Amino acid sequence: MRQIVRIASWIYAVTVYGFIFLPVIVLVLFSLQATSFPIPPFTGPSLRWYDAVLSDTRLTSALVNSLIVAILSSAAAVTLGFLSAWGFARFTLPSSALLRGLITLPLTVSYLIIGMGLLVLFNWAGLPKSLLAAGIGHVVINLPLCFAIIYSQMGDHQINIERAARDLGAPEWKVLLLITVPVMAPAIFASFFLSMTFSWDEFVISFLLTRFDTTLPVEIWNLLRSGLNPKTNAVGSLVFAVSIVLVVLFELTLLRRKPA
Amino acid sequence: MSASLVDISSVSHRFGQHPVLKDVSLKIEPGSYTILLGPSGSGKTTLLSILGGFVTPSEGKVFIRGEDCTAVPPAKRPTTTVFQDYALFPHMSVGANVGFGLRMQGVDAATRAARAREALALVGLATAFDKKPHQLSGGQRQRVALARALVIEPAVLLLDEPLGALDLKLRRQMQDELKAIQKRVGTAFIHVTHDQEEAMALADHCVVMNDGRIEDEGPPERVYARPATRFSATFMGESTILSGTVTEAKNETVTVATPPGAISLPGTSPVGAKIALAIRPEHLVLGATGGTIALGTATVSDVVFQGSFKRVLAASTQDPALQFIVKAPAAATVQPGDTIAVSCNAGDIILLTD
Repeated sequence: MRQIVRIASWIYAVTVYGFIFLPVIVLVLFSLQATSFPIPPFTGPSLRWYDAVLSDTRLTSALVNSLIVAILSSAAAVTLGFLSAWGFARFTLPSSALLRGLITLPLTVSYLIIGMGLLVLFNWAGLPKSLLAAGIGHVVINLPLCFAIIYSQMGDHQINIERAARDLGAPEWKVLLLITVPVMAPAIFASFFLSMTFSWDEFVISFLLTRFDTTLPVEIWNLLRSGLNPKTNAVGSLVFAVSIVLVVLFELTLLRRKPA
Repeated sequence: MSASLVDISSVSHRFGQHPVLKDVSLKIEPGSYTILLGPSGSGKTTLLSILGGFVTPSEGKVFIRGEDCTAVPPAKRPTTTVFQDYALFPHMSVGANVGFGLRMQGVDAATRAARAREALALVGLATAFDKKPHQLSGGQRQRVALARALVIEPAVLLLDEPLGALDLKLRRQMQDELKAIQKRVGTAFIHVTHDQEEAMALADHCVVMNDGRIEDEGPPERVYARPATRFSATFMGESTILSGTVTEAKNETVTVATPPGAISLPGTSPVGAKIALAIRPEHLVLGATGGTIALGTATVSDVVFQGSFKRVLAASTQDPALQFIVKAPAAATVQPGDTIAVSCNAGDIILLTD
């Protein structure tokens, strides 16, 4: 009987992990296909499709665009998120709980709705479809996340550290720059890497808000319209690899605790 | 302006509707070691925060070196604080922590390092310069916090329960060092604590606070021997309290009717006044051959041997609600259940207006 339970739980585990990871494994496996169709039988391994991706200037420039948008929008989201978290943690604001709720509300709104809203707004404001517009969109979706992470890590024990700095003659901006930011560095870097991950993978907002220069997910979608081939698998695998690196960086910075 | 270093003038403070300080006035002399002693909620920490500039009082003024500092922010006033949790900067080395105040004053790196090393040597931590705060023990962090606050040569050093987080042995050791360091640097220290032993050991000037008011202030010897109020008689050391009514007052002598009987002692008070008499444990005598004033008999309820003396608790036969706290000689042969005479000398009774 116990033997059966053991076997059943193993089968269950393999099924669950298979369900989650099989698509990714298939994607990566057939990116190494030597022939022109990403269907069995497997004919590789070969790096010819990676070579094709890296020599395709549309894909490589989209990759660079994606990186620039991810880095700059994440930097903006982290800066704004940090400042608002600091404001909420250190000052008594009128109806603070309501305002905190409002700032994290975009987390629950669909990217499609946010993208459409921004499209209408930018149209009205005269800001053309561009990487800048998509970057602003990414700040909108990532700011609540950065705020939530940094705010959760801003404990009361840091209040006295900031007070001590003020007491020793530090003006407010030096307190922030020399004390609060370094002390909060793990949360700041973690939220930076997490928002980079989200920006890097984001499709709907970029699709709606960019036109000529666009980001990698949009370019992959363009590629998919002409049918499946191992090149799409290769570029998808690259996107996946970068995401993995960012998530690992996020985990490492947030979870690694220095003894206080 | 008076010559006092710090002059707190009629300060009151409320948190919302709740008054935490009620019309407090206090003067601090240069080079003195002042202890603010009181139970939690007495307002002592709020008073320290007002001195440090972290709280602006609802009413009243604070003068430091004759200047009105009531609303001056912490960065711009000549005080520094040693926080209860030390509040060291965890990402900086010990040397950078100590040099931080000088860095904010624009002192160059070489001078800063030299002065930080001097300050660390002063607190006995010369070797810790390159360490990180988390590599130090609690007592060592305490010293770093002290060095960091002293290095910018404040007019007043504020200490918020600085020994509260240390174990008893370390606390007594740091207590002696604090006193020695204060004498060496000559800076006025203002130190908040709820530990009356700490207060008696350290203070030049002891301020007893309760419920937002100053109950008593003066040299600790005076506060202990002649407390001004019933609260300070029981908070600064223990006392047996006899409640009574004045029945006769003439020639600087009052006669008070108390549960164990009438007691005559030097003092002045109107006839009919409700007063309290406090007697320190070491002034009560057990047994027939005792002091000049008999306090009736009492039944011993508890005897605790404390090495050099025995602490005896006894309930009065005349009024069971009256509890005598007696410090008896270690050799005394008293046991729980004994009924024994209690007496004292008139000069040792402290007259308190109730």
